[in-house]
This record gives sequence, structure tokens and C-alpha cells, in this order.
Amino acid sequence: MTVTAKPARSRLDPEPLSRRDWLGLTSLWAMGAALLFGVVGMMRLPKAAVLSSPSKKFRVALPDTLAAGEAFVPPGRAVSVFKDDQGVHAISTICTHLGCVVKPGASGFECPCHGSRFALDGSVTRGPAPRPLPWLKVSVAGNVVTIDEGTAVTAGTKEV
Amino acid sequence: MDTTPVGGSALSDFVDNLKAAPRRLYSSAFRSGLPTTDRTRSTFVFGNVFLHLHSVRTHRWSLRWTTTFGLGIMSASAFVITLVTGVLLMFYYKPTPELAYQSIKDIHFVVPTGRLIRNIHRWAANVMVVAVILHMARAFYTSAYRRPREYNWLIGILLLVVTLGLSFTGYLLPWDQLAYWAITIGANIAQSPREVTDALGITTYFDPGGLQRLLLLGSDIVGPEALIRFYLLHVMILPLGLAALVAVHFWRIRKDGGMVRPADVDARLAQEPAPDTYPVFTEAPARTYQLAAIVRGKTEAVNRGPENTVPSMPHLFYAELGVLMLTLLVCVALSLVSDAPLKELANPNVPENPAKAPWYFLGLQEMVSFSAFMGGMGIPVIVLLGLALIPYLDRESDGTGEWFGGPGGWLLVRRSAFIGLAAPILIETFAIRFGWLREWFPHIPQLVVTAINPATVLTSIYAAYSIWCIRQHRSARAGALSLFTCFLGGFVVLTVIGTYFRGPNWAFYWSPADWPTH
Repeated sequence: MTVTAKPARSRLDPEPLSRRDWLGLTSLWAMGAALLFGVVGMMRLPKAAVLSSPSKKFRVALPDTLAAGEAFVPPGRAVSVFKDDQGVHAISTICTHLGCVVKPGASGFECPCHGSRFALDGSVTRGPAPRPLPWLKVSVAGNVVTIDEGTAVTAGTKEV
Repeated sequence: MDTTPVGGSALSDFVDNLKAAPRRLYSSAFRSGLPTTDRTRSTFVFGNVFLHLHSVRTHRWSLRWTTTFGLGIMSASAFVITLVTGVLLMFYYKPTPELAYQSIKDIHFVVPTGRLIRNIHRWAANVMVVAVILHMARAFYTSAYRRPREYNWLIGILLLVVTLGLSFTGYLLPWDQLAYWAITIGANIAQSPREVTDALGITTYFDPGGLQRLLLLGSDIVGPEALIRFYLLHVMILPLGLAALVAVHFWRIRKDGGMVRPADVDARLAQEPAPDTYPVFTEAPARTYQLAAIVRGKTEAVNRGPENTVPSMPHLFYAELGVLMLTLLVCVALSLVSDAPLKELANPNVPENPAKAPWYFLGLQEMVSFSAFMGGMGIPVIVLLGLALIPYLDRESDGTGEWFGGPGGWLLVRRSAFIGLAAPILIETFAIRFGWLREWFPHIPQLVVTAINPATVLTSIYAAYSIWCIRQHRSARAGALSLFTCFLGGFVVLTVIGTYFRGPNWAFYWSPADWPTH
């Protein structure tokens, strides 16, 4: 067995890490980690835990004169309510493209911002809208309808 | 210990000191005296924390009008003007939905000089956007992004983004119809990654779009939370960021060796400036020195300023002051003839029809009318990444510092400008005349429309053309020239269409006179 001598350290080799350097580097890294931790904590602040928006649920009385296929827009709400023989349904009139309020008409909905068109059942017929207008959850008690803008239901669901 | 003598001498010292105080105050603030020699002109610059962002001497090439057209200083001047007028507007503006519109009305109709200040603020913002875009074009077409200025080009791109961000956030603050719906659209563009995540059915688990919108609005509606956030961004976060970036940008100009210059610049500036009009170099070296490894560049010439330079004070600073005054003149003149708009109070139930963003976003709005995600986020991000990559892909050195890199470049730019203008006109004509995929196949999956729409087709044509240019001319610079020119052309065409040819429901009209009345 031959024993090779350990090669002498060249003066160009880096110095091995001294104890003092190790302590210094560790405290630098600890400082960096603490600051990073603090920054990550601060970044949580802008994301609100509770949203300040008004309630999504509202109650409205349908007018007696509402004809089948005609849209009733509750004042101040971006919703169109329809009533026919099969029951009542509500369609959100917030455009699925960029959030403008679409206008209900005889043949469907029109968006004023980028020209999306929707059929009366909310499906996209032209324009850039990526999804159909959602149908909203309704519950009917006589002539009074409760609409939940926050809950979508399958298109075609009508409540009696 | 010395005791102060009582009486006359102490009192007369005191009086003498009092008399000398103004002179001493002056000399303690301005230590080097009037800038009349090379030495005092230098100390004038590096003894001042603000001026020393400049170098002490400026190359004569940098001072030529056609080198920069003063566009960078014009951008900075417009920023200073918006800063001053913006602070004045903050005296009266109240960032809550109930009061914002009223306070803008007060500023416009009641506050002394309020209307003028608001107009100047708005026009300076417009001038700033124009100047920043032109400044970028100047830097690009003179190859100023090349080594060693790559990093400053990146800072410049950040500055463009922050400038547009400042404009956009300022747009919401009046809380009128225009503002409300522009922000609704903007916030939903931030949410548009949902167009892809919805199509893939993964929004429940991975929703970057929803998070972006939530952080921007602070709520799920455009309300008081959104207004205060946009206000904070507009008056604090973005201006501070912009100021910091501007400082780095200026500093790097100096550190990168001043304005970009052609290689044979000394030959082009052969004739010396007249000695009586230019204090070129009062203490010129009488013999040559070798400054090996300290200063990059050539040996100093005998009896001449180093590298054909003149003192920054007065030559550069007076030129910059001139540009500042010109910018101010333009802003004030425009403000006197054209008022900043103020529509009706915001109405969350009835959108403005058509709801148009400020003019420099109308190209984007034209693209989002094909696909929200691609037009609003995908393509802008691709364009910004492409711009950022240019200096790292073009490593050539021919034609640096020359407009369009010489005569061959000018031909290429003209040809690219033609393609850049013609392609979007043709594609828009087709889309307006025949519609697009959704009209032909109503049940086509959304992902197909997101991937293939007029905006992405246009981008692909530009990309293909510039790759062809790289092969044809065997030069990455040719590709960059053609792509940049094409994108400028596309920006112009889409902006013009969005501004002048789109009416209610974003339908095409030859003139606003044809808009249906309602």
C-alpha cells in the first residue's frame, strides 16, 4: 500500500472558513432570513380577510305585468329576472369578458364595452366573452323572489 | 483658560461676524465660487448631490440636437411637472367615492387656478407617455441598448411600465363614468388569467387572476377600497418607485460612458468649436499622458479637452433647462386650449357606451376585444419580454450610435414600417368584415379563441417576418429592427382604430357622426 502525501495547500487556494467568518456569515444569513420573514408577513396585509362589499343576497317583488320572456331588472342590481310558465329564473348581467353590465333586449344581451352578445339563455353568440352568463340561485315565495348573486346554478334551472 | 475681554473688542467681533454672516452663509453653501474655470465648473457638478448624476464633462456629440432630441429630459421634466401639480391637487382631492367626484368638480370650477393646474397635470401626464415612448424609440434606433447599456435599457422598460401604471391609476381618481368603467375593465383584465384556468377547469385550485383582481381592488367590487388603493399607488408607491428608478437610470448613463456615440465620432466632429464661444478646456495638458487601465478610451490629446468634451456646466445644464422650459410651455399651452375631461358621476349599473380608456391604452383595448387574456396580459407580457431580451440577443457592434444603424437599416425600417402598418389594417378589416371564430362556430372551445385571434395572428406575423429578416440579413440586429418597427406600427394602427373608429358596443364606425343616437 502506497501512501500519498497530502498535497501542500497552494497560496492560491481559498482559505478554509475560519470560525469567526462562520459566525459572521451565519448572523448575516439569519438577518436576511428574519427580514425576508417580516416582508412575507407584511405582504399578507393587502389581502383582506373579510370583503367590504354589500350582501350578494337580495329580495325583490316581481311586477304583475311582467310578460314571459321579458327581463325585469331589480333597481341597482346587475341581474335580469325572467318569469314564464315553467317558473322564475335570474341571469347575471355582468359580462364574463371584462365585467361591464350587459343590456337585456328581445333577442338576448348586448355588452356595450367590447360587443359581446349573449342569447336569452345566457350562452355566448358572438364577441370576446369566454363564458356564458351564469344563472343565479333563486327561491320563490309567491310574488317575491330571493336572488343570490353569489351562487350560480346550472343553466335551465327554474324555480316555481 | 482664556477669558473674553470685556467691552469693545468682543462686541465689535460680534458685529463684524454678523456683517459677514450672509457672505459666509453663501460661501459655506457654494464652496467653489462661480463656475468660470474648468476647475470650478467641475466642482460645481460634483459638489452638488443632484447635479453629480451628470458627469463633469459632456461629449460634444451628446449635445447635438439630433442625438437625443432631448426626449429623456423631456420625460423627466414632464414627471417633475406632474409631481408639482399633483401635490397641489392633493390639497383638495378626497379619495372616497362620496367626495372624490365633488372634490374634482371643486378643483375644476371653484378652486383658484384649480382648472389650470388640473389641466397641466393631465397634459403633462400625456406628454410624459409620448416622450417616454419616443425616447425608447430613439434609444432603440440608435442601438443605445447595446453593451454596456443593457442594464439601463431594462431600467427604461421598467420606467415605461411605471409611467403607464401612473397614468392608469390616475384615471380612476375623478370617480366619474369614464374612470369607473375603465377601472372595472382594468381590474377584470387583471383577472383574465381565469379565461385560461376556467377553460382548463382548475380555477378552484389555482386562481392567479382572482388574486390579482382582489389585491388591486381590495374587494370584489370597484368601491371605496379600490379607490383608496389606486390613490395610494398613484400618489405614493408608483411615484417613489419611479423616482428611484429615474435616479438609477440617470446614474447609469454616466457610468455607462454617457450618450451612445458612433465609433468614428471624432472624425465627424472634426472642426473644433470656436475657442471664444466655447470654454473648451482652460487647463489642457501640454503633453500626453497614458492612463492605462484607469480610463477606458484613447489617450488624451494635447491642447484639447479629453475625448472631444465640453464642461457640463454650462453646456449640458443649459440645454436641459431649455428642454424643461419647452416641456412646460407645451403643457401650459395645451392646458389653455383643452380641458381635462370630467363625465357624469360614476354609475355602477350603466356602463359608459363606448367605455374608452385613455388613448395610449386603446390599442390594448382593441386587442382585449378579441381575447381578454391574450390582449390584456399575454401579448403585453410577450412584448415586454421581447424588449427586455433585445440587448442580450443583439450582440453586434456595427452602426452603434447611428440612426437605424446606417443607410441599409433605414431601408429595412421603412419596409418593416410598411408591414407593421399593413398587417394590422388587413387583419382588422378581415375581422370587422367577416367576424372571427366565435361567429362562425358558436360552440368552439374558448382556448382556441384565446390562442387564435386577430391579436395573436398579428403577433405571429410580426414574429415570422422578423425571423425571416434575421435569416435574410444574417443579423440579429435586422430582426430586432424589423420587430420593433412592426410593433410600433401595430401600436399606432390599433390605437387609431380604437380611438377614432370604434363606437357604441365597440362596433366599427367610419366616424362618430355615424354613431346611433340613444
